Amino acid sequence: MGNILLMDFGSTYTKVALADTVKCEIMGTAKAHTTVASNIMLGLNEALGKLGVQGPFEKRLACSSAAGGLKMVAVGLVKDLTAEAARRAALGAGARVLDVFSHEMTDKDLERITDLKPEIILLAGGTDGGNKEIILKNARTLARLPVSLPVVVAGNRVAAPEAAEILKSRHDPVVISGNVMPELNVLRVDEARLAIRELFLAQIVKAKGLELAEEFSGQVLMPTPAAVLKAAELLARGCGDEPGLGELMVVDVGGATTDVHSIAVGDPSKAGVSLKGLPEPYAKRTVEGDLGMRYSSMALFEAAGRRLTGYLGTDAESLRGYIESLTRKPDYLAQTEGEKKIDSGLGRIAVEIAVERHCGALEVIYTPFGASYIQHGKDLTPLRTVIGTGGVLAGNPAALEILQGAAFAPAAPNLLKPQQPEYYLDSSYIMAGMGLLAESDPLAALKIMKKYITRLGGDQHGSH
Amino acid sequence: MDKPTLVLGVIGADVHAVGNRILDYAFTQAGFQVINIGVLASQEEFINAAIETDAQALLVSSLYGHGEIDCRGLREKCEEAGIGDILIYVGGNLVVGKQDFGEVEQRFLEMGFDRVYPPGIMPERPIADLKRDLGLEEGAGGGEHPAHGLRQHLH
Repeated sequence: MGNILLMDFGSTYTKVALADTVKCEIMGTAKAHTTVASNIMLGLNEALGKLGVQGPFEKRLACSSAAGGLKMVAVGLVKDLTAEAARRAALGAGARVLDVFSHEMTDKDLERITDLKPEIILLAGGTDGGNKEIILKNARTLARLPVSLPVVVAGNRVAAPEAAEILKSRHDPVVISGNVMPELNVLRVDEARLAIRELFLAQIVKAKGLELAEEFSGQVLMPTPAAVLKAAELLARGCGDEPGLGELMVVDVGGATTDVHSIAVGDPSKAGVSLKGLPEPYAKRTVEGDLGMRYSSMALFEAAGRRLTGYLGTDAESLRGYIESLTRKPDYLAQTEGEKKIDSGLGRIAVEIAVERHCGALEVIYTPFGASYIQHGKDLTPLRTVIGTGGVLAGNPAALEILQGAAFAPAAPNLLKPQQPEYYLDSSYIMAGMGLLAESDPLAALKIMKKYITRLGGDQHGSH
Repeated sequence: MDKPTLVLGVIGADVHAVGNRILDYAFTQAGFQVINIGVLASQEEFINAAIETDAQALLVSSLYGHGEIDCRGLREKCEEAGIGDILIYVGGNLVVGKQDFGEVEQRFLEMGFDRVYPPGIMPERPIADLKRDLGLEEGAGGGEHPAHGLRQHLH
């Protein structure tokens, strides 16, 4: 006993892993193409066939990012305050945030939502004791949407019940959770994250043709990014007597997006720096939709600009054709040495830019008394651990080179990226599965991660 | 009833934090909900905080002599943001040099501030003024204060 089957229905691949929670070992992993359009079980059965075990299993746990992942829109009052808090709550729940709306919503906003086809709406606005008017107005506006959608209301606690009543005239289900910003500049996203996850389980899984998988696996527990975030948190904190790795960063380079998770407080590490803006969640996730190796390789190519050509030592025109062809071949594997080099370059630049956007930045303000420093976001310069995960990195001989894009760059000293991290690789691609296992057996999940996430090396940015 | 809410901060590139803490304490003790956005606060931060918390007043401090430049346009931005009626007080070392306070006050009133305080004022005075301006003091009606009337007159 103690054998647990972990399944991850991804947008391209369905991945399975068999874990032994008594010996704390991975007995095997396998993958096959996800078959969400026809019957999700076809792909799963193929993967299970490759895994070569029949069961019975003590438990079967699943997460999914198939069929576009969990798509959400967030609504708040002020763009930099409750709208931003709502966006972060949705990201933390593992969603893809399609758009964020602030202040009074308009008919045009409704058209935009109708076009975007989100699966959940998160409505915030007003601190507790603060503005009540706008969240009620926006509830009335959202009640005119042509379709019924699940809605989480996470705004002013006095106005939330009335907003929910208004929304119920059109939408079902409507759930009230705690305010994402109960006081000004206080971020409290956990309750909203939980509410989103419950709606995902109850509503979204069926809509995505995953119910067949549910019959087999019991229940799809969470969106895949939420599972990775959960695993990262466990690995950082530890469990009981088993110590964790301390503050860390997880970078997931994918075909469509690059996700960055940081489990760190991120307060200023140097004296004389004042912190500005919304506080950052301890477990923070950002998703870069324009930084992917396949579906969004052209967007990455554009965002990378001269960085990529400089890195590869070639000109842009000779790369364009090949990179463009990648957008149509989501599961293409680089064949020649030249293609592999371009892949490493794309990955490296995706990591560089994604981590730059995730980390905080220092701004210098000149006052009559000299320079003052303001920090926006997280200071991750003291962070010692950077972990790579995802299909692009697992088994890639250039994984270390790609991950080193996460390091602090002396040429851009205002960007607070890790200064001297050690690099690790989730080479067996188990982090999402361990996030699932963490729900029921965190100690085993932690021990397995510590065993299977392997060290690649230290930082070498100084040598370039 | 909810406590009256005010947004407190030190505007511009000004890092004087001590008076900010004292005002935070004094106004909290006096029964206000104080939303303290601290030092180095921009006009936008004051306005965003007031919108989100439904504040009735902005208390702007400036201690480093650049107050006039930093405060210019604040009332207009409030009007643009839909909170044009909010009370705005300002105080501290608002300008450099030995300027006549009466003239300084006049300039700030013309900029749309409701009350302007010279250096060395104890917190009791703005607390009493704010209670009066919000109509919280017994026997005093709201909107009776001279500065408010003057601002209306000037606009």
